[in-house]
Amino acid sequence: MDLLTLLQVLDATVRLSTPLLLACLAGLFSERAGIFDIGLEGKMLAAAFTAAAVAAMTGNVWIGLVAGIAASLLFSAIHGLASITFRGNQLISGVALNFLASGLTVLVAQAWFAQGGRTPSLQGAARFNPITLPFAESLSGVPILGPIYAELISGHTILVYVSLLVVPLTWWVLFRTRFGLRLRAVGENPAAVDTAGISVVGLRFAAVGICGVLCGIAGAYLSTGLQAGFVKDMTAGRGYIALAALIFAKWRPWYALTACLLFGFLQAIALRSDLIEAVIGFRIQIQLLDALPYILTVIILAGFVGKAIPPRAGGEPYVKER
Amino acid sequence: MQKMPQWADVVLIPLISLILAAVLSGLVILAIGENPITALTIMIDGAMGSKYAWGYTLYYATNFIFTGLAVSVAFHARMFNIGGEGQATLGGLGVALCCLYLPWPHWSLAILGAIVASAAFGAFWALIPAWLQAKRGSHIVITTIMFNFIAAALLNYLLVSVLKPVGSMEPATGKFPEPTHLPNFAEMLAPLGISFSRGAPANVSFIIAILACFAVWALIWKTRLGYEIRAFGHSESAAKYAGISPTKIILISMSISGALAGMMALNNVMGEAERLVLNATEGAGFIGIAVALMGRSHPLGIFLAALLFGVLYQGGAILSQDTSIPVQIVLVIQALVIMFTGALDNMVRMPLEKVFLAFNRSSAKPTTKPTAAE
Repeated sequence: MDLLTLLQVLDATVRLSTPLLLACLAGLFSERAGIFDIGLEGKMLAAAFTAAAVAAMTGNVWIGLVAGIAASLLFSAIHGLASITFRGNQLISGVALNFLASGLTVLVAQAWFAQGGRTPSLQGAARFNPITLPFAESLSGVPILGPIYAELISGHTILVYVSLLVVPLTWWVLFRTRFGLRLRAVGENPAAVDTAGISVVGLRFAAVGICGVLCGIAGAYLSTGLQAGFVKDMTAGRGYIALAALIFAKWRPWYALTACLLFGFLQAIALRSDLIEAVIGFRIQIQLLDALPYILTVIILAGFVGKAIPPRAGGEPYVKER
Repeated sequence: MQKMPQWADVVLIPLISLILAAVLSGLVILAIGENPITALTIMIDGAMGSKYAWGYTLYYATNFIFTGLAVSVAFHARMFNIGGEGQATLGGLGVALCCLYLPWPHWSLAILGAIVASAAFGAFWALIPAWLQAKRGSHIVITTIMFNFIAAALLNYLLVSVLKPVGSMEPATGKFPEPTHLPNFAEMLAPLGISFSRGAPANVSFIIAILACFAVWALIWKTRLGYEIRAFGHSESAAKYAGISPTKIILISMSISGALAGMMALNNVMGEAERLVLNATEGAGFIGIAVALMGRSHPLGIFLAALLFGVLYQGGAILSQDTSIPVQIVLVIQALVIMFTGALDNMVRMPLEKVFLAFNRSSAKPTTKPTAAE
């Protein structure tokens, strides 16, 4: 395998990791605050549709992005209402939201565009186009580093770079700010936070809101960056892979980046099964590659490779003592 | 103190939740430019208007009874088995292997074999997450989700590479041999002199599903094991103190749950398709969640909720044929039912409790019976 092929695979890895990473960090905020969210999938799907639909109608992808985030936030608000305000079961709420997104997106897409549950193809300013970083052309002649810069680092859409910046930002917010400390505390021991006179409900809604924004960007990236338009159920289980990555990362931002790159890499090489055969000499079933993120997560969950300990108050609605 | 009479908890709350879900679904239909009343008439007529329609409705209901019971048994032990889809997939594999590779002389024997095979495969698929929960503390919801995906990939591999007959292009097993054919309603009712639509897929496994309802009822409320499962579900620490082993309860209740989900394959694989195809479960494992929530985890409630979802699925299919409303409307209704009966339960319950408390107070004062306070 030559350098160019390797770079192509890594390039695909970065592109495919981006939605996973954004959704994974979204889940990180929510779960660190004690709200389980298996509705990542649904939020992404709702955002993917809304972003593509609005971008198609306005011709401006940025308005689409804002609309996608708004749709995702709406789903977050429902999740917050059910699991924080009414202290319902967070898992059931997430399941319901996933179905709601899966059904509503097709219903509305059919009503608006009548193209069998998809949006029209996006072109030009209606989607995020690759950005060529400065000097990519002129430096591509430099051996090894040139192609790496031109092929791998340059030439992604803006959202890819944004998602990579969200990783240190998440780390900084969670571990270096007062808000982050409180947010983590509310996921471990909400009663202590409440005793300190800080609103548990407010903090949890803030976390769920951040989760909504990040899922919105992830969804918008899927339909306006990675692909040019929305198709039915286009998230294809990415929300669940992100959830798996979150456990794999043990609820930490930098580990999340590693986990998402790994799972993105698995998706990228699943698309190039000819390459695997050329490199290792025998054929690996694509289905095994598809299942690998889930199998790895089960192994991690089982605690055979280091223990994954979730936030202690995760999934528990907080009831104030009277 | 009882805040509400039991009938309100069992009947009124699910009913109000259902009405809320129906009203919102109607608004959705209105918003996409169709008439909700017309849609409702088409759905009801399409699901209950003829024997043929009933044949489909009861076929879907059979699937949902099995998966609903599966989710409910886990609920009683306070576990959320979201893996019904994967367990039903594995159950299908069990049925397919049993029907294809064993020489059955007659369907009555074949169905017994298939019950054992589907239940064993389904239970096995639930047992691994259960063991991980009991012994390693891995969250059962996450592991069962992961096992859904692993099951899908496994079946995909087996159908594409192993079980597909030589020369066939389609990822499916060959047709099951003739003696394993389960009688459908038309064949069952013909000896009684009743005619039924020949084309409808409802079959003898509907009877098995009803028997399963009775079996689950007896298990949960009439046996020592059922008592232990419920005790564990109410309070793990109290159950432990009473000498009930958490590991045992988790393993047993999840195995029963997985076995019930696996037995769904009797209906969709053995009864209807008579071969194993990709994605044979069609999401029925997830509908079990809605059915169990709506049926309040009681077999009678589950039976009624499964019938309702059967009507919804068949009606939704007809609706998408006759109008421009896509079949995904069913997903929306399903989501709303799960939302209102599951996650937003308190939204309905809290105001209702206040109403009942106010009502009790005003009615208790003039009589001042001591029983009213109890």
